Formats: sequence, structure tokens, C-alpha cells
Amino acid sequence: MSNSLVVQLNLLLAALILLTSFALLVQRRMFAILHIFAWQGFFLGLSTAIIGYATGVHHLYLSSLLTLGMKVLLLPYILYKLIHKLRIHREIESMINTPTTMMIGIALVIFCYHLTAPIRELSTLMTRSTLALALATVMLGLLMMVTRRHAVSQIMGFLAMENGLFFAATSATYGMPMVVELGVALDLLIAAFIFGIFFFHINTTFDSLDVDQMAKLKEGD
Amino acid sequence: MTVHPFAIELLQLLILIGLSPAFAGWVKVVKCRLQGRSAPGILQPYRDIRRLFIKDVVLAENASWIFRFTPYLAFGVTVLAGGIIPLVSVDLPLAATADIIALVMLFAIIRFFTALAGMDIGTAFGGMGASREMMISSLAEPAMLMAVFTVSLASSSTSLTQMVTTMGQGQFMIRPSLAFALIAFIMIALAETGRIPVDNPATHLELTMIHEAMILEYSGRYLALIEWAGMMKLMLFFSLGIAAFCPWGIAANGDLLALALGVAFFVLKLMLGGVIMVLIETGMAKMRIFRVSEYLGSAFLLATLGMMAFFILE
Repeated sequence: MSNSLVVQLNLLLAALILLTSFALLVQRRMFAILHIFAWQGFFLGLSTAIIGYATGVHHLYLSSLLTLGMKVLLLPYILYKLIHKLRIHREIESMINTPTTMMIGIALVIFCYHLTAPIRELSTLMTRSTLALALATVMLGLLMMVTRRHAVSQIMGFLAMENGLFFAATSATYGMPMVVELGVALDLLIAAFIFGIFFFHINTTFDSLDVDQMAKLKEGD
Repeated sequence: MTVHPFAIELLQLLILIGLSPAFAGWVKVVKCRLQGRSAPGILQPYRDIRRLFIKDVVLAENASWIFRFTPYLAFGVTVLAGGIIPLVSVDLPLAATADIIALVMLFAIIRFFTALAGMDIGTAFGGMGASREMMISSLAEPAMLMAVFTVSLASSSTSLTQMVTTMGQGQFMIRPSLAFALIAFIMIALAETGRIPVDNPATHLELTMIHEAMILEYSGRYLALIEWAGMMKLMLFFSLGIAAFCPWGIAANGDLLALALGVAFFVLKLMLGGVIMVLIETGMAKMRIFRVSEYLGSAFLLATLGMMAFFILE
């Protein structure tokens, strides 16, 4: 593979990651959200491996494998089991209607593009132009957490944000040190378990995972 | 041996007017085959048009000149649009008169007058169809412009012939911006030509029809002209997609051999495009009308993402 083709492939994957985060933002069905999240992890892992190949930073292969294992298989599997067990796979409403959410998302991408413009001028890495998209992925995950009413989809937004951070790390500095990445992966796994326990408790207490219910102070009425 | 540009222009118009019913027939045949029905044959649209031309016109008492004028306008403007889009060759004298923005506006003129004609008679269906069509077009048009702007950016021109020349010559390159723009364009083309996820061209069920509701009062030669213009519009949207995203094979000059190859490639791509459209149509269900805004919003999003991908990544 020539270097320019590698760069182009990486750009394509970056665009696909951005597309999946928009798809997460507008998707209503719970299982579809899980699938899209798994795809995002897949593109992320692939992009990491490609950057590792192009730059010769070989520990990126390991973090790519870690991403593929964690974010494509393990986390979606845990969440799938959880959704199945709690029987919450129906359609979920968001706070703002879909077209408005999309417009806000587009505005966020433009904002991120302007925010990373100075870095793009200074950096000499081959991945410098994907930094804007990585930051946009973080922002879109945050937007998803803000606009969704349902606890599980808020968690999906959080995980998408983490994907964006990981992507930003690989595109800004060719990845964090291995120890940090392992730590983050472990944290994520633990977080998924804790979320599971919390979901379970919220569900038994409120009979729903709609976080609006938690605004009430009193039981009953 | 080279052909005079005006002769090419004439050839294009002949292809457009002559082949568009066959293309509509082809789509119908493929669709029938895919759904396990027996097909009416590829020539059926020609027979339909001839029958409609023979039939008498039944005109409502209070029909104004707009109602009688619209079919001619729709037909004429569609033919004009066919003179601008490079179907088989880029050597078109008319192409210099209008760029892709003007082309989108030409389609908007047709829609405007069809909607007026739908309301002109004063029946409930006409008004309903017109209001729905306007809702869809007001959402589809910005998305359409965004999608074609992305291609214009990539070829740094809004002239269609220039776009075809630049895109056809460039070396192979993975361009996420164009991929996004293509998906957006396909979504919009389905909406603009009234195909399945948005409108069903085969139905006259009151509650779901959009385009059919507007032209419900037309009969005889007026209906023939409108139907024919609709078929040409379908073919033109395909040609626009081919010219913008897959221009290989369109003749760069008036050379006779290149022109023949251009025609062959054009027919081949049209047939392939028809099959793809039928696959999309068969795989999807018609959506509720209030979902259309989300559908077209996603198309707009994709087109905008394509444009941003161009600025950020390329």
C-alpha cells in the first residue's frame, strides 16, 4: 500500500466514524443503537490499525485489537444482555426533535473544525485533519447524552464520547502510552458493569429507565 | 469524423424524448420480475401515451389557463433540462446557458406550476397533493443543492459539462465527500421523482398519493404530456447522478465513435441504475408522510457532511 492510499483510507474511516456518531444521535431503536455503536468501534479499531501500519508505531496494533475486542464484541454484548433482561428495547423519545438535533450536530462539527484549525496548521502528522472529526465525535456523544431521556441511550452517548477521545488521541499523538490505554479499557469495562448495576436498581425503583422520573422527589403522587 | 455540436444536442433530446418511456417500462419490468408478477412489457408506456393522446380531454368547468398551460410547460421545461445535462457527450451548445443551480430551479418551476394546477380546479385532492408536494420539495431542494455543491467543490465548477470533464479525468482516489453526496443524492432523487419511500407512483389510494393527487384531474393529451414529462424527469435524475458521480464513458468531443460509445455506456448505466432503484424500492416500505421530513433531513445532513468532509479531510 502506498502512503497516500493509507492516508485516504484513514480519512474514509474518519468520515465513517463521524457518520456513525450522527446515526447514533438520530436513531430511535435501542438495538439499532447498539449495532451502530459496534460499527463505530469497528471503524475505530480499523483506523487505529491503519495508523499503526503507516507510522510503524506497533503498540497501536495492540490497542486496535483491544478496541475491536472491547467495543465491538464485549460492551455491546453486555449491553445487549442488559437490555434484553430489563425488556427496554422499545422506541425511545429524545428531548428535541430529530431534524433540530441534526442541525445542532452540524453546527458542532463546524465549531470543532474551527477549534482545531490552529493545531492543523502546526501539526505535521498524517492524521492532523482527522482531529476535527475526532473532537466532533466527542461533542456529538455529549449532545446525545444531553438530548436523550433514557438512561441506556445516555450511556451509549458516554461510550461514543469515549470512542471520540480515543480517536482524538490516535490522531493527535499517534496514541497514548500503552499503560494508559490498558487502564482506560479496564475502566470502561468496570464502568459498563457499574452501569448495569445502576440500571437494574433504577429500573426496580422507578419501573422505568426514563431519567425524567428521577426529577420527582416524592414517591407516588 | 466529428459530429456538429448541434447535432449532438439534437441526438440527446431524441434519446431523452424517445427512450424515457422505455426506461420507465424497464423499471416496471424489473420490478414485476422481482416481485414475482408477470410484467406488462417494456413498450407498455408507449402504448399508454398513445392511448392517452387519442382520448378526448375532459376539462373541469372552472379550469383556468394555468391548468391547460401546465402540461406543455412541464414537458417543455423537462426537454430543456435534457439539453443541459450531458447524457452522451459534453460538447453541448445549450450547456453553457445554465449551470446546475439553474437546473435545480428548472425542476422547481415545473413543480411550482404543477402545484398551482393541482389547486386550480379546487378539488380537495389537488390541494392536498399540492401542499404535500410543496412540503417535500421545500425540504428536498436545499439538500439537493448541498449535494450538487459538494460535487461542484470537488470539480471547482458549477457547470455540469465542466464537472463531467474534471471528474472523468481525475485519477482514482477515495473521496468520502463524494460518497456522502452520492447517498444524499440518491435519497433526494427518490423523493423528487416520487418513488417508493416517499411516494408510490403505482397507487391511486387517496391518503397516500402525492404526485398522483395533483394530476388527478388531468385527462387525454394533457395527462399524456404530464406522464411523459414525469418519465423524462426520472431519466434526467438518473442522468444527473451519472454525470455527477460516474461520468466515465461520456464522450469528451464530437467524435462519432466516442459518441456511439457514450450512447452505449449511457444505456448500460441507466439499466443498471434502474435495477438498483428497483432493489431500493422493493426493499423499503413507503413511509408515513410525517417521517418524510426526517428522511429528507438525513439527506440534508449527509450532503452537508459530504461538504464538510471535503473541507476538513481533502
